[in-house]
Amino acid sequence: MAHFDTTTNAGQLLAAASGGRRRRGDRIFSNISVVAAVTILALLVGVAVFLVTEGFPAFTAASSELPDHESFLSYVAPLAFGTVLAGVLAMVIAVPLAVAVALFITHIAPPRLAMLLGFFVDLLAAIPSIIYGLWGIFVLGPAAVPAMKWLEEKLGFIPIFEGPASITGRTMLVVGMVLAVMILPIISAVAREVFSQTPRKLQEGAQALGATRWEMIRTTVLPFGRSSVVSGAMLGLGRALGETMAVAIILSVSGGVTFNLIGQANPSTIAANIALNFPESSGLAINALIATGLVLFAITLATNFLARLIIARAEVK
Amino acid sequence: MSSSKWLAVFAAACVLVLGLAACGGGDSTSSETASASESESESGGGAPSAEVSGEIAGAGSTAQQASQEAWIAEFENANGGATISYDGVGSGGGREQFISGGVAFAGSDTPLSESEGELAKAIKRCEPGELVEVPNYISPIAIVYNLPGVEELKLEPETLAEIFNQEIENWNDPKIAKENPGVELPETRIVPVNRSDESGTTENFTDYLSKVAPKVWTHEVSGDWPVKGGEAASGTSGVIEAVSSGEGAIGYADASQAGELGKALIKVGKTWAEPSAEAAAKVLDLSKEDPELEKGQKNVIAFEIDRKTEASGVYPIILVSSMIGCTKYKSADEAALVKAYFEYAISAEGQELAAEAAGSAPLSAELTKKVEAAVGAIE
Repeated sequence: MAHFDTTTNAGQLLAAASGGRRRRGDRIFSNISVVAAVTILALLVGVAVFLVTEGFPAFTAASSELPDHESFLSYVAPLAFGTVLAGVLAMVIAVPLAVAVALFITHIAPPRLAMLLGFFVDLLAAIPSIIYGLWGIFVLGPAAVPAMKWLEEKLGFIPIFEGPASITGRTMLVVGMVLAVMILPIISAVAREVFSQTPRKLQEGAQALGATRWEMIRTTVLPFGRSSVVSGAMLGLGRALGETMAVAIILSVSGGVTFNLIGQANPSTIAANIALNFPESSGLAINALIATGLVLFAITLATNFLARLIIARAEVK
Repeated sequence: MSSSKWLAVFAAACVLVLGLAACGGGDSTSSETASASESESESGGGAPSAEVSGEIAGAGSTAQQASQEAWIAEFENANGGATISYDGVGSGGGREQFISGGVAFAGSDTPLSESEGELAKAIKRCEPGELVEVPNYISPIAIVYNLPGVEELKLEPETLAEIFNQEIENWNDPKIAKENPGVELPETRIVPVNRSDESGTTENFTDYLSKVAPKVWTHEVSGDWPVKGGEAASGTSGVIEAVSSGEGAIGYADASQAGELGKALIKVGKTWAEPSAEAAAKVLDLSKEDPELEKGQKNVIAFEIDRKTEASGVYPIILVSSMIGCTKYKSADEAALVKAYFEYAISAEGQELAAEAAGSAPLSAELTKKVEAAVGAIE
């Protein structure tokens, strides 16, 4: 506490000494930051208002006027399911990988290699999503075809590998892998930052007690970084839920709700569905698409809220 | 790296992003205002009738995009003062922008219709002038397949419908074998590939299936593929890529984009038709104009395409795309420019150019006469 007092005192002294110049600077700075903060809020409210007003006609319209002649709820439900499924799949693949990469960089790799690897992981975030999409259909998809055939034959008794396996590789599993690669740098950057900040005393203490390197990581580094990893994962999930181009290009969307990850009939995601159908839509169909956007907005808000809750809980402990 | 350095990098990135955004935004608004002011201010200056000038914008069908771009390039070469833009936002978007007055003309893969009142709204948009809608782009839709070793595949319309309806599931099905004597059909699973985005190609193909095989194809005609569970890919290039990469796949796509893939022969009457430009253009000569789509408008030419034709040398799976405009615009110059551009697009020269650029089928002489009369009504 004493530390803070001295700085404020010093600030006041400095302000008095320079004849109020610093105070004006403070005022300008605080005004700018207030404007910035309000702008963010206004933008968010603006987007929400747009989604609600433009999407509203679809909520109230008769089902005969909506695309596919079904009620809005049964139109949006498979899309919401596909969105969440793709997001969850990406998280299942990306989070363990990102944590492992971050641990390798911060605690295992020699410093020079760690720096290089960190640079390359960050570089993954710089690749545009359309490139990931093209890579998905031209490289990863065809390459995954034999693997998915194998999964169907050997693990077909598990519903998610039920098959029949796709012959082109444009499946939910491939989309999940591509999304995982896309969100990997986000999660691992956050994890890396917090892992490297684990107090040395804790780590050395654990090792002094005879812990192996893995035990040291498990007992000090991982608990210390847990809440940050969760928030990093939520950032990644946000991107995966909203990812549009890569999903629209890769995924073969022609099914309703299915957990089969390797088939040719997959549920679409909300963002990809908007991208695919907006150009040729008119009238109420556009309202329906915007209304699905509102649902996506709600899903993302809910995940963010959930993440905050988890982090807050962790911090209280 | 120290935090101050990161801050500097971040600040630089912000400046860059803001700068780019400003440039992008500025660009589009300036061109829009330019077109608006030009079309209004030039109403007094009588331009020579031979060469037109000014700026107009169009939007719509992506199927037409390649040929529109070719027309625009040639047209602007011949008319130094003219600037035309065409934004391939999709047929629905093009019709919407035309009705709201955002663009001077639109390209659409389906004619304006009474559903959702688009036709009435478009007629109103053109007041005090009249609506002009003419077919300007005909393209055969090929049935492409990937079956190594099968060089020629013949399909009856019913069989085609059953394949796409997922009722025939194997390539060595007796129904397919019956039509292809002597061809060794493999025992491969059939994977029908459809468009995952809403498209005019899908709408024209489902229209064909529902007309020729009404017993099998009971789905509604729509730009959205109605059968669930097939392989789906976005865009013509996506379908081609999916069919190319999957052995046993069959799909439908613009014939000019089919590349190395095999194109199935379709039974028409007693003969087998292939998706050629001439065979596609002939369909409209055999088709009747649809009074419901024309709604008594003199300058609207919309066909009920004769998919069930039995004439030989005709390929009925075609996509017909139209250009939509008005007879009167805010200024005489704008109208003159639209007229000159439409005339060029439907001329023999323009159609030849589209055939080269996009593999479309040139309008027949008979149809050209009708279309010329409608375009001539633009003042």
